[in-house]
Amino acid sequence: MQVTSAIREPLVTGGKSVNDVTNDICRRVEEKPTKLWFIAFGISLITLAFGTYCLYRTWWDGIGMWGLNKTVGWAWDITNFVWWVGIGHAGTLISAILLLFRQKWRTSINRAAEAMTIFAVLCAASFVLMHMGRPWVAHWALPLPNNYGDLWVNFKSPLVWDVFAISTYLSVSLVFWYLGLVPDFATIRDRATNKFSKFFYGTLSLGWIGSAKHWQRYESVSLILAGLSTPLVLSVHTIVSMDFATSVIPGWHTTIFPPYFVAGAIFSGFAMVLTLMLVVRKVYKLENYITIEHIEMMNIIIIVTGSIVGIAYITEFFIAWYSGVEYEQYAFINRMTGPYYWAYWSMMTCNVLSPQLLWIKKIRTSIVATFILSIVVNIGMWFERFVIIVTSLHRDYLPSSWAMFFPSFYDIGDYIFSFGLFFTLFFLFAKYFPVINMAEIKAIIKSSSSQKGKK
Amino acid sequence: MEKEKSFLLGVFEDEDVLLHSIKDVRSTGVKIHEVFSPFPVHGLDEALGYKRSRLPIAAFLFGMMGTSLALFMMYWMNGYDWPMIIGGKPYSPLPTFIPITFEATVLISSFGMVTTFLLVCNLKPYGKPRIFDIRSTDDKHVMTVDLVVNNKRSVEELSKILKDSGASEIIRKDFN
Repeated sequence: MQVTSAIREPLVTGGKSVNDVTNDICRRVEEKPTKLWFIAFGISLITLAFGTYCLYRTWWDGIGMWGLNKTVGWAWDITNFVWWVGIGHAGTLISAILLLFRQKWRTSINRAAEAMTIFAVLCAASFVLMHMGRPWVAHWALPLPNNYGDLWVNFKSPLVWDVFAISTYLSVSLVFWYLGLVPDFATIRDRATNKFSKFFYGTLSLGWIGSAKHWQRYESVSLILAGLSTPLVLSVHTIVSMDFATSVIPGWHTTIFPPYFVAGAIFSGFAMVLTLMLVVRKVYKLENYITIEHIEMMNIIIIVTGSIVGIAYITEFFIAWYSGVEYEQYAFINRMTGPYYWAYWSMMTCNVLSPQLLWIKKIRTSIVATFILSIVVNIGMWFERFVIIVTSLHRDYLPSSWAMFFPSFYDIGDYIFSFGLFFTLFFLFAKYFPVINMAEIKAIIKSSSSQKGKK
Repeated sequence: MEKEKSFLLGVFEDEDVLLHSIKDVRSTGVKIHEVFSPFPVHGLDEALGYKRSRLPIAAFLFGMMGTSLALFMMYWMNGYDWPMIIGGKPYSPLPTFIPITFEATVLISSFGMVTTFLLVCNLKPYGKPRIFDIRSTDDKHVMTVDLVVNNKRSVEELSKILKDSGASEIIRKDFN
């Protein structure tokens, strides 16, 4: 049916048939959890338990437990929030934007990337609740009728936009991901041998039978969801950046923020997808589905977005100088040479210099190098947010209130909480849900696998 | 209690064979009940003569609903019910209302469309689907022919039509 160029590398190698796809992916769901899985899951549960204790202390005693002071009133909490939201962006980019561009290589990675999106946005949301200080009144951020004489939220505030953006993003991504899972759950349901998994996957599959009419509607819904998610994902980080850009703090008050944040988000998201997928690929032996070609494609996106981020850093500096605003200029000189110079230069090395190594084909097709670089990018992107947030705040307008920020035990503990939450959810997903979208892979197997032309 | 229903199932290995066979089967005048596939096959809906889905229209209408609800909510709350001056800005400036209007449009459009999709396809957690052949979620395409609808022809005749059009296996399935 579809015409594919003969020179294009096959997306699925190993001469897999449609039946092999079902067996390879379902086997992971059906087999008993391995020892390795129990160890990994156990570690993330312990991490989560420790993090939950820190979170409990933060909520019980208040955010005075953090290292904040009157000058730096916003630090790790918001850094972690932006970092996790940014990571989430890759999943939607892969499943929505690459669907609209008809990039078939997305099919092998979209399921796990979307799962990562949802878990990352949940982690981000946990920081929103944490930094409120009084999470039991979190509903005050919503336009709900109340007994204060119907005092409504201020819709002119970017923080309220953020509430709408993050919750819409989380729920739409969840729906998109679940819709993709429905046909695969039906496959597992029809293979299930024991009563429990028959019931469990039968319920999750919503009674999907794969009739032509349903597939027609399903395709139409997926396409529209992709069309809606594409501007949505761009809007979410735009709005996150407006939390800073609409303020009057030198170093934040920048019109370049929306595109710069979106590029950074995709950059860090792809790095996280690579970190996770390289491990999943190895453990689940999915080398025929996630090929070197896929890894190379993702690395190319990392070079492109990493270079955009690099240009944004330089543009910020140029504009600070060109604007002639003394405070803006100081903020940037201080970033580069002030007491937080090490954070700035870590960011520059991790985000701008190291991804340039991926121009070398040997490096971007090497699994070890990609894995290391993906972690480096994640560290760099965390530093980016830290640099933007803390270095812009710590030198106040009054030199007498200049301060430094030092994270407390609970700052670190709450960050660890998010890792515990993320990995606990991710390991559950990797064991009990199909990690690769079987239906989509099956649809391309005839046109884009190495089996092509054999028939 | 539902009436007893009998179907003839043609099992196909390959999607291209399936697409050709649908044309052949339909040209003989046999009415195809439905085709079940493990993955979306392009051109299948056209081959079966299905009309285009109207879900995009539903999505658009839900989207419009989201846009107007969001604008109404913000103008009413911030502009009429409790106007507040914040940062010297007007009570209800349209530009600052755009982000939330957009988010609400996307939210209501996608939720409305997906709910409509689940309702029209009768997909629900406690549903008991009528599964013709469990291999249709694995690697086989299953074409079903209703024996009651096509009662002008004998089962043997129908089997022959399916077999000639490329089905690798013919199964009779009765439900009651």
